[in-house]
Formats: sequence, structure tokens, C-alpha cells
Amino acid sequence: MDRYGGSVAGRGCSVNGWINLRAIWEIVVVGLVAGAGLPALFAIGLRALGTPGKGRVKVSDDDFIGGSRAGIAIAATCFAVVLAAIGFGIYIIVISGHGAK
Amino acid sequence: MSNDVVLALVIITGLSFDFTNGFHDTANAMATSIATKALGPRTAVGLSAVLNLVGAFLSLSVAATIANGLVSTGLVTLTVVFAGLTGAIIWNLITWLFGIPSSSSHALIGGVMGATLAAAGSHAVKWQGLVSKVIIPAVLSPFIAALVATVGTYLVYRISGSMREGSRRHGFRIGQVGSASLVSLAHGTNDAQKTMGIITLALIANGTVAAGARTPLWVIVLCALTIAAGTYAGGWRVIRTLGKGLVEIDPPQGFAAESSSAAVILLSTHFGYSLSTTQVATGSILGCGLGKKGAQVRWNVAGRMGVAWIITLPLAGLIGAISYFIASGVGGTAGILLDLVLLIAISAAIYWRSRSTRVNRKNVNSAWTGMAAPSRAGVAP
Repeated sequence: MDRYGGSVAGRGCSVNGWINLRAIWEIVVVGLVAGAGLPALFAIGLRALGTPGKGRVKVSDDDFIGGSRAGIAIAATCFAVVLAAIGFGIYIIVISGHGAK
Repeated sequence: MSNDVVLALVIITGLSFDFTNGFHDTANAMATSIATKALGPRTAVGLSAVLNLVGAFLSLSVAATIANGLVSTGLVTLTVVFAGLTGAIIWNLITWLFGIPSSSSHALIGGVMGATLAAAGSHAVKWQGLVSKVIIPAVLSPFIAALVATVGTYLVYRISGSMREGSRRHGFRIGQVGSASLVSLAHGTNDAQKTMGIITLALIANGTVAAGARTPLWVIVLCALTIAAGTYAGGWRVIRTLGKGLVEIDPPQGFAAESSSAAVILLSTHFGYSLSTTQVATGSILGCGLGKKGAQVRWNVAGRMGVAWIITLPLAGLIGAISYFIASGVGGTAGILLDLVLLIAISAAIYWRSRSTRVNRKNVNSAWTGMAAPSRAGVAP
């Protein structure tokens, strides 16, 4: 991930030619990882969070916390990864968007 | 001295464009959240406005593309920039009237190119810059966004399929607020910069700053505030078309669509591509219809948008060119003032026309009946 961010930032917008296939390719791949992979991870977290646990008395229909310890731990990990990825993305945008030109 | 008056008029017109850009594009970030009731309409536009404001300060690579990459700055005069902005504003208002989520960016680029062509001929346009930085991203971005959203929607439904319906809706509504916020932020990083780029271009044309200069801070601040104000005004007609017209959206779909939009827009900002956030958002929303089993996509609505997208560049360019001929025909400050009067008159006429078929935060979620406005005034209910 780090190597990736570095290489992209280095090229910035100094690309010549009619079509920048490499940039498009990167947008598709990173787009799929970030734009589809992260939502999937969020969904995994949500599902884990909803796993019913022992200590739960009554779960109402729109309650999405099931009460399983393991479930909560998995959910927390998923959400943390999602948030970290978003933070990293914004960080890259900020440094490369002001550094170039 | 009169040059400074003209410069001031150009900057005011630029900010007016920025405002239309804001309200035309509120839909990109918030249409799905409003449609699934993850956020109330007023909260949605408020949140989006604040995040656009923040986003505008995050990056400047798109502003650099606009200011230096598309037209030969040496051949651009203030009149050209002014005429281009006129074309962009009028086209934005027309598409808003019809509730079509067309690209504000293309309206702007088309307008400025049209005016440049009219003023200096085709050698003043950097065609290669236009094709590689505008046309190709424009053609590809909706497809990329649709692909990402289709995969995302499919995965999300696959994974969350066994959850209880109520808890799933609730959980993904929260996710939606997060992803829609990111789109708003991304919109700020990409779209606010377009006006910054244009105003920088005007400052270069006037000799106030040197060619290739960075965008001055006061330009960044003004543009950020204006696009936030426009976003808060909320383009309800466009919100309705995107939220209700294309696909009936459930929270998991809205979440997947917004995540896809955010990722694609932020990546493109990173490469200095001035792509259309509107086209990305629309592609994503189509994708979230394709990725869910049994969901319906209204292809006739999508087709109408496609047509609008294709004609946006040339028509905004045509209006920009006409506007340039009017201004330069009369000449000097008087010519620009005449253009300004025409611009205000046309804008007022469009606004007046919109009042007969109002869309606002109260009827934005009414059932889709094939038109932007739910029902004509005077027709029940």
C-alpha cells in the first residue's frame, strides 16, 4: 500500500500523451479495492456485530448489535481497517495535491 | 482601470457558476441518502455543504489542470473567460430545470473552450489536453464507477444476506452517512477547484498573476465558501432524479454506490483528472441497480441523461461562443455588461419557469412518475 501511494504521488499530473492507460488501470484496480472491497469489509463487520450472543435478553428488529463477544471483536477490527484506509486515502490526496506544481 | 471592473465582474460571474455547481451537484453525494431516509433532506444538504467546504482546501491538482492544461493562457482574455462562464451557468440552469444530472465540469470546460474558439480559433485550444484530461476520463469514468458499484453491491448483499432486514437497514444507513460524507468531501476536492482554476485563469489573463502561478489563497477561500452555499441551497430537482428516477434504492445499495463514487472521484482528483463527479455518481447508482438481484434500472431515464452528457460540451461551448460574439461585437466593458444583463435575464426566466413545477425538500421523495417534478402545480394532489 505504501509503495503504491508513493509511486502514484511521484507521477502526479505530469503525464504526457493522449491517453494515460496506466492511470486508468490504477483507477480501476484501486477503485475496486477501495470502492468495493471496503464496503464488503464493512458488511462483514456489520454481520459479525449482529451475531447473537449469550448475554442478550431481547433483540429488537432494527437492533444491529447482537452481543457476541467474538462478533464485536471482528466488527471492531473490520471498522478500524475501513477507517484507517479512508484516513490513508485522504492523507495521500492532501500531500500530493499540494506538493506538486 | 476599466480592466479591474471587468476582472471583478468575471470573478463574480465565476463565483455564480460555483454556486450553480454546488446546487447542481448536491445530488451526487446526497441523493441516495435522502432516498433511503438515512438522512433528513435538510441535514443531508447541511452536512454536504460543510464537507464540500473542507474538501475544497485539500488539493489543488485539478485547479492546475484547468488553469494551465486546456487552453493557451497567452491567448485568453477576460472577455473569453467571462463568455465561457456565461455559457456554463446557462447550461447548468437549463439542465437543472429538467432535473438532469449533467456535468457542471463539462459545462464549464465547454463554455470556456467555445469562447476561446470564437475568440482565437482552434489553435488556442490544447486539444490533446482536452482529450486526455477531459474527454477520455468522461467516457470511462461512468463505466468504471458502475463496475465498482456493481461488484460492491453484489458483495454487500452476498455478505449481509442472512441478516435480519431491520438491523441490516439500520446498519447500512449509518454506513451510508459515512460514504456520502466522503463523496461530499471528494466533490469539494474536485469541483470547487474548477472555479478556482477558472478565476486563476482570469487573473493570468489580466496579468495580475504570472502564467503557471499557484492559485491565490483568497480565491481558494471564496470558491470554497461559495460552493458550500450552493450545496446547501440543494438542487432538489436533480436530487430527485438521481435518488428516485434511476433505481429504487435500498440502504445497502446506496452505501455501495456512494463508496464507489467516493473511491473513483478521490482517485481521479489524485491524478489531476477533472472528471465529472455527476457522471461518476450516476454510474455508481446504475451499478447498484445492476448488482442487486431483482432491482430495476430505468434505462429510459439513464438514456436521457446520456444524451444530455454528450451534448453538454458542445452546447455550453455554443452558448459561450455566442456570448463572446455579443461581448466583443459591442466591445469593451459595455459588451460585457450587456452579456451580464442577458445572463441575469435568462437565469431569472429559467427560475421563473421552474416555479410552476416545484421540487423541494418536501416532495423530493414522492413516487417517481417519469418526470423531475412530481406533479404540475394545480394538478392533484
